[in-house]
Amino acid sequence: MKIIVCIKQVPDTKGGVKFNPDGTLDRGAMLAIMNPDDKAGLEAALRLKDQYGAEVTVLTMGLPKAADVLREAMAMGADKGVLVTDRVLGGADTWATSTTIAGAIRNLEYDLIITGRQAIDGDTAQVGPQIAEHLGLPVISYAQDIKVEGDKVIVQRQYDDRYHVLEAKMPCLVTALSELNDPRYMTPGGIFDACKAEITTWGRADLKDVEDSNLGLAGSPTKIAKASDKVRKGAGEKVTPDSPDEAVDYIVGKLKEKHVI
Amino acid sequence: MDFTLSKEHEMARQLFKDFAENEVKPLAQEVDETEVFPRATVDKMAKYGFLGIPVPKEYGGQGCDPLAYAMCVEELSKVCGTTGVIVSAHTSLCIDPIMTYGTEEQKQKYVIPLAKGEKLGAFGLTEPGAGTDAQGQQTKAVLDGDEWVLNGTKCFITNGKEADVYIVIAVTGKIEKRGRMQKEISAFIVEKGTPGFTFGTKENKMGIRGSSTYELIFTDCRIPKENLLGAKGKGFGIAMHTLDGGRIGIAAQALGLAEGALETTIQYVKERKQFGRSIAQFQNTQFQLADMATKVQAAQLLVYKAAMAKATQKVYSVEAAMAKLYAAEVAMEVTTKCVQLHGGYGYIREYDVERMMRDAKITEIYEGTSEVQRMVISGSLLK
Repeated sequence: MKIIVCIKQVPDTKGGVKFNPDGTLDRGAMLAIMNPDDKAGLEAALRLKDQYGAEVTVLTMGLPKAADVLREAMAMGADKGVLVTDRVLGGADTWATSTTIAGAIRNLEYDLIITGRQAIDGDTAQVGPQIAEHLGLPVISYAQDIKVEGDKVIVQRQYDDRYHVLEAKMPCLVTALSELNDPRYMTPGGIFDACKAEITTWGRADLKDVEDSNLGLAGSPTKIAKASDKVRKGAGEKVTPDSPDEAVDYIVGKLKEKHVI
Repeated sequence: MDFTLSKEHEMARQLFKDFAENEVKPLAQEVDETEVFPRATVDKMAKYGFLGIPVPKEYGGQGCDPLAYAMCVEELSKVCGTTGVIVSAHTSLCIDPIMTYGTEEQKQKYVIPLAKGEKLGAFGLTEPGAGTDAQGQQTKAVLDGDEWVLNGTKCFITNGKEADVYIVIAVTGKIEKRGRMQKEISAFIVEKGTPGFTFGTKENKMGIRGSSTYELIFTDCRIPKENLLGAKGKGFGIAMHTLDGGRIGIAAQALGLAEGALETTIQYVKERKQFGRSIAQFQNTQFQLADMATKVQAAQLLVYKAAMAKATQKVYSVEAAMAKLYAAEVAMEVTTKCVQLHGGYGYIREYDVERMMRDAKITEIYEGTSEVQRMVISGSLLK
C-alpha cells in the first residue's frame, strides 16, 4: 500500500499569534510546528504501515524551511519526503494550494491520501477535500478512526455527538482529526537518518496538469481584508471532586501553588 | 570553532525535551517519594530507542553519537535525576564496555537486546572496601574447567535488582609488577538468574531514590568461560576506561539537574511576591541567576566537549574528568542556591528544587568522587 500524507508547517499558536503591520502572520516571531491534525494523519498512516506494511510519503508545500516538518515526519517513520516550493506559489489561498498539491500528487503513486482536517493558522478545512476534487477521488472528512480492509478504507467520521461509519474504495482521501490518536515521538536514530536523507524538492515546473492562472497569489480568489487574533481564555481545567471538602482542598491547593495564599 | 548545534542534535534535543516533559516529569515526585523504579518509563524509553543511542544500528542501537546520548541524559535529568542515571548506567557502564572489549559473539548476544532496551544493564565494581581505591577488590573469580566461579559482594550498584546483564569486576590471581605482587583483575559478564547470584540490601538513599541501588552477592556463582570480557588480567583498565565514558553520562546528569533547578527557579522568582513586588525584581535575585546561568553554560560546554571527544579521540579521560568535576560541583551549587531562592518552599517536598538538591549530591560522589577527578586531571598535568 502506498500512502501520501499532506502536512503543513504552521506557527505554534499556543503562545498567541503575532501579526506583521500589513495584517499577515509574522511567522518568524512564532515557533514552527507540524500542524496537529496533520500529525494525527501521519500517525494513522504509520500505524497502517506497522500493521499492513506500507510506503508512507509525506508532502508539504511551503518555504524551504518547511523541509523541517518533512524531516520530523521521516524521523517518526515516514519513508520519503517531498517539498513543493517556488516563489510563484507564494501567497496561495486554499484553491491555489489544493491545485498545487494535486499537481504534485499527480506525479506520485498512491492508494490512500491523508490530510489533516484543517491547519491551525487558517482553520479553513478546505484544502483536503479540494485536493480530492482536483484528483477525482472520494473523500471522507473528520476521521476519528481509520481502518483498511482489502481495497477499502472504513472511517469513523465525527459528527457532533455521534459518528458515522463510512467506507470508500481506494484510492481515496481522508481528512484526519487531531483526536484520531496520540502521535508517536521521533526516535534518535530516525532523526539522524532523516537529517541525512534526501528530500525531493519540486517547483512550478514539476507540477502536472495545472494552469498558472490557478497558482500563487495571482491564482487565489480569496483576498484577506483583515486578520486579528481572537481573545484567548485558555482551555481551563475541569475537575470533578467527590465531595465539597475535596473541592475546597483542591482550590486551596491551587491557590497555594500560585502563592496567592 | 563553531558552537552551533547541528540540525540533528537540535531535533534530538527537542525530542528528549518533549519526552521528558510529557512522560518523565509527571512521575518524578512520586518516583522520589515511593522509591519505586520507573519501569513503565524505562519501557517507553526502550520503545523509542533511548536505551541504545550511541550504539551502531547493526547492534540494535540508534547509530547516533555520544553527544546525542549526553543530551538525552541531560534532558531527562532536568526533570528527574533518577531517570537520567538509569539510562547513563545502562549505556555507559554496561553496553559500552561490551561494545569496546567484547567478542563478536558477546556483542551479538548481549549488546543487541541491551541496545533495543529488551534488557537492562548494570556495572559492578564498587565493594564495601573498594570505592575510590578500586584496586582493593575482594571479589574473586577462579577458573574451574569451562566455568569461572565468582565469590564476593558488590555494593551501591545502580540498576541493581532491575538489570538483566551485569559487568562484574573480580580478582583472578596475582601478578608481579615492578617487583611487587599485585592483584590481577578481570572483567566478566554475568546474567541475572545465574545460580549463586543474589541480591542483598536495597540502599535507602538521599537522592535518585527511584534508581534501584542494591548489593550484588556472588556465592559459588558459576558463569561460562566465554563470559570473560576482554583479556584476563585487563579488568582494571576496562573498568577505568568504562568509567571515563560513564563520567560523561554523570556530567550530563549533573548538568541537567542544574538546568532543571535554574529553569524552575526563574519561573518561581517571577511569581513569588515579597514586599509588594516579585522577588525577580531584587538585584540579589538577578545577580544570583546571572552567576548560575553562566556556570551552567560553562558546564554544558565542558560536557559537550567531553562527549565530542569520546566520538573522535581514543583517550578522553581528562575531558571526561573535567566535565564531571565541574558539572557536579555546579549542580550542587546551583540546586542549593535555587532552594535558597525558594525560601521556605524550597525546603518542602512538593517543590522540585528540594528533590533536585538531594539528587545533585551524588553526582559529586559516584563514578569517581570530585577528588578522584582532580587526581585524574592533575595527573595529566604533572606527568
